[in-house]
Amino acid sequence: MHATTTSRASKVSEPAAVRWLLISVALAFLALFLLLPLAAVFAQAFDKGWEAYLAALHEPDTLSAIWLTLLTATACVPVNLFFGIVAAWAIAKFSFPGKSLLITLIDLPFSVSPVVSGLIYVLIFGLQGWLGPWLQAHGIRIIFAVPGIVLATIFVTFPFVARELIPLMESQGRDEEEAALTLGASGLQTFFRVTFPNIKWGVLYGVILCNARAMGEFGAVSVVSGHVRGSTNTIPLQVEILYNEYSYAAAFAVASLLALLALVTLAIKTLAEWKIQQGLSINENER
Amino acid sequence: MSIAIESVSKNFGQFAALNDVTLKVPSGELVALLGPSGSGKTTLLRIIAGLETPDRGSILFNGEEATKRDVRERQVGFVFQHYALFRHMTVFDNIAFGLTVKPKKSRLGKGEIRDKVNTLLKLIQLENLFDRYPAQLSGGQRQRVALARALAVEPQVLLLDEPFGALDAKVRLELRRWLRRLHDEIHVTSVFVTHDQEEALEVADRIVVMNNGQIEQQGTPSEVYDRPATPFVFDFLGNVNLFQGRVHEGTMKMGGMELASPEHAASNDLPAIGYVRSHDIEIERFAFDASSIEAEVRYILSVGPLVRVDLALLGGEESIEVDLPRDVADKLSLQVGEKVFARPRKMRVFTHDYQI
Repeated sequence: MHATTTSRASKVSEPAAVRWLLISVALAFLALFLLLPLAAVFAQAFDKGWEAYLAALHEPDTLSAIWLTLLTATACVPVNLFFGIVAAWAIAKFSFPGKSLLITLIDLPFSVSPVVSGLIYVLIFGLQGWLGPWLQAHGIRIIFAVPGIVLATIFVTFPFVARELIPLMESQGRDEEEAALTLGASGLQTFFRVTFPNIKWGVLYGVILCNARAMGEFGAVSVVSGHVRGSTNTIPLQVEILYNEYSYAAAFAVASLLALLALVTLAIKTLAEWKIQQGLSINENER
Repeated sequence: MSIAIESVSKNFGQFAALNDVTLKVPSGELVALLGPSGSGKTTLLRIIAGLETPDRGSILFNGEEATKRDVRERQVGFVFQHYALFRHMTVFDNIAFGLTVKPKKSRLGKGEIRDKVNTLLKLIQLENLFDRYPAQLSGGQRQRVALARALAVEPQVLLLDEPFGALDAKVRLELRRWLRRLHDEIHVTSVFVTHDQEEALEVADRIVVMNNGQIEQQGTPSEVYDRPATPFVFDFLGNVNLFQGRVHEGTMKMGGMELASPEHAASNDLPAIGYVRSHDIEIERFAFDASSIEAEVRYILSVGPLVRVDLALLGGEESIEVDLPRDVADKLSLQVGEKVFARPRKMRVFTHDYQI
């Protein structure tokens, strides 16, 4: 058994030495550019011990940054979840004029630099912007305040859910929805009982990617936030400030939160991908 | 429930899928929409179901206007070519789906739903597989579940879109006979789409032959097969040989051969094409009369109970195919390269303007 497997493998792949070389190069690269920095973040964060680590996180400014980041993510993710599902549903299940334009628009945040995205909001809502004077006259603050941060983050993270769902929903086709309709199900019943169960892992995948980006976004938020300590700083901005002030241990302590988030995201993402693959292979068997 | 389709047209962009189609399906009949792909048969079925809306024309159910009626209110059962079972639900839940999405007022109780699904499971002979998922079933089993799911809501009309198209030959044969028996039991008005003429001939009460978004002919299977109204129907149903010639005062002339064609008695030297089914040709070793034509045997092929003989007509490029019953072929014991005479027993002549 083993002998046959080995001989078959040797016919279709490179000699053992080449394989090991390729694998070690890839692993070394991963270690050097991914694992080492990640380890360094945690090493630096705990450099002065647990006490200092916890103390750094208990800084009022840092706590406020954590709070603002959570708030931003809580505002962005549901909005983008809703619009992402609606957009993917429309694109994958219906044909209408302007469909390809909509797909391009969804991709726009990916192709624009986040800094530019931030600047767009400054141009619209800033004091010198189109709506600035009107907003000021009515006492509404958007730029250099929380609403601006939320808006910019929504813009930057918009594509994640939709982009994840469009190919998935397209591959599943419209048959099951049409079957549900002919059986008398309403639009909502069709969505919740037929469509959603088929895409739930894709939705989860999209949500965690969207969440990770919402919490980690720097460029766009940096432009619209104004860096007001304890008020308009998110975690990434706080890390930069601490770092620029040479409080390395504190900077890395806060950064370790984002690194942790990344690890959790990666774990859930792997699970979701595995589940989606499972769903798709069932789908293939069915054809 | 009877269905009436009145001058329905449907375009997809530039493509005319249906062009002024009028059709009546009497209550309780099993009707086949037969045609090649792109002939509009599936579009017509989806329009009846309410999954597409016609650009022009109207649909009547029991004489009542239903063109604008929503899919959900049409009370149609639809069976898809690729089953379209809900992949995350068990067989039981798939069949029960239509019953559980009903509004609270008209919904059956849990126990009644269970009884009903069990009855349907018995009908499709899958009682033991109620807790399986679609991915764990074979194609034939899936299509039976899809049928049971459609029947669960007691539809007034059953619509089937190439229901056996994705199955292998043996299962297809079994399942279509089963469908015929089922229809004889429950008598629900049914329309099914197929491109398989054999399937249509075997299963349907009536066949509607479609081509290029229009109905070419409709009638009972024997009417359509024995008296094709157009060259297309002739060509589509069964194996056919074409003889190019001219028709003059009731006689069809092709090369050296002559054949009576009484329905063209008034024709005056018109170009025409003679259609002869491959099993309507006699092979003989002598010229019987003026309708015999000399030919050379090119090759001989055994196809199950038939022997297919390919003949090259002498004095021409054309060749014809002849299907002989095996015993006749054995008696003749033809050899490749041999000179024989072919004689059409039955020929249908269409002049070039395709009038009969």
